[in-house]
Amino acid sequence: MIARTLAQIGRPVLAVLAAFGRVALFAADTIRHLLTPPFYGREFAIALLQIGWFSLPVVGLTAFFTGGALALQIYSGGARFSAEAVVPQIVAIGMARELGPVLGGLMVAARVASSIAAEIGTMKVTEQIDALVTLSTHPMKYLTVPRVLAATLAVPVLVAVGDSIGIGGGWLVGVTKLGFNSATYIQNTNDFLEFWDVGSGLVKGAVFGFIVALMGCYFGMNSGRGAQGVGAATKAAVVAASVMILAANYVLTGLFFTS
Amino acid sequence: MITLSGVHKSFGPNHVLRGVDLTIPKGQSMVIIGGSGTGKSVLLKCVLGLVAPDAGTISLEGQDVTRGDRDAFLARFGMLFQGGALFDSLRVWENVGFRLLRGAKAMPKDEARAVAIEKLRRVGLKPSVADLFPGELSGGMQKRVGLARAIAANPEVIFFDEPTTGLDPIMSGVINALIREIVVEIGSTAMAITHDMSSVRAIADQVAMLHDGVIRWTGPVAEMDAASDPYLQQFMHGRATGPIEGVR
Repeated sequence: MIARTLAQIGRPVLAVLAAFGRVALFAADTIRHLLTPPFYGREFAIALLQIGWFSLPVVGLTAFFTGGALALQIYSGGARFSAEAVVPQIVAIGMARELGPVLGGLMVAARVASSIAAEIGTMKVTEQIDALVTLSTHPMKYLTVPRVLAATLAVPVLVAVGDSIGIGGGWLVGVTKLGFNSATYIQNTNDFLEFWDVGSGLVKGAVFGFIVALMGCYFGMNSGRGAQGVGAATKAAVVAASVMILAANYVLTGLFFTS
Repeated sequence: MITLSGVHKSFGPNHVLRGVDLTIPKGQSMVIIGGSGTGKSVLLKCVLGLVAPDAGTISLEGQDVTRGDRDAFLARFGMLFQGGALFDSLRVWENVGFRLLRGAKAMPKDEARAVAIEKLRRVGLKPSVADLFPGELSGGMQKRVGLARAIAANPEVIFFDEPTTGLDPIMSGVINALIREIVVEIGSTAMAITHDMSSVRAIADQVAMLHDGVIRWTGPVAEMDAASDPYLQQFMHGRATGPIEGVR
């Protein structure tokens, strides 16, 4: 009875640990292939365009509305202890340190991890990955490395753009709805924001970008057969990337901001 | 010459290949027949190195393909996949010239394009097809592009996985004839798997029947009709009753 209960607990724990192990090995393999030639520049450029440029609208819109909502929240919350004036500072620090990278990462996870997993999963199901192998082309080098590198480089840029737009959203709401003076709002933001507030967000962005593309590629490469298999891989990629982004965010915040 | 000796492969409890012994003489076309799920594709993937056999040896001209430099072996192979397996994101000529554009002996783009167009012509496609994407082609045209890609680098060995699946009888006949012509023209050794008997008669010099993970019968295509093996006879004539169970 006890043995059976322990086995029932142990089986999923072992399965989760095994999954982590497989993802860690996949990540190590990706880095190994990144450091050894050949490097497929054309595929990297396409991935950079797909992941970076085409994610700008969704990241920008998310950041804009988040910045605006944040300004409203801080204003109404701050009013409880007569601290309405801190809106510019809190919006800036909140966007740069947390909301910019996390929401940007999550939006990219939804858009990019799903598309990578679906694309690679379909390639696997239709034997295109086997075809790559028979054409002496390593699928990790051709498919995974360009996407992971592109996401790792593109997401920090998206975060920087998202931070700016988010702070801009806060400024717009502050000036048009909350009665802030425009010049004072901008001055307060500039004076308060430190380099590491922004820098930490960009580092987070790079880590989140790596996670997003890695999860997309991992679940795509390990996709099951048929439409159902590709669908399951796509869903798993988005869920895993999102959870890992939130977990990594906690760990990185702890590393960066607790002495 | 390709030699398979005692090849075994299992997936979990499913023992798919149970000791396959087969020799494909150089310059000959060997067609492997057998019902669905008998392990034909697994056998092909073992020879190509896409799946590692659990036991046994597979050699090309005496060199073990499962050990050694796999890329060096793959450079000598061409493969036509069942569904074509063309890369959706690349144009037709880029698919055909994929190998030519990459690797240590990569050709300049213009040269690779010219070779690709020549190969497309060889399989009966107009040069105007070169700049289309695979999604814009019919099933038969995709098969031809797949064939052009398989022969682009003049391989020593060409593999065909169910080359006529999904095609109408006329297009099947065209593809079969094209395969036969090209294999003879290049002088390659060919290994095909199929359950289409018209393909067998059109392509094969030699035939091997895979059943239950082992080669049941092998011999020249001309001797196939006269063979006494009941499994082969049932399969050839598509009889519902016989030693091969209808439901697997």
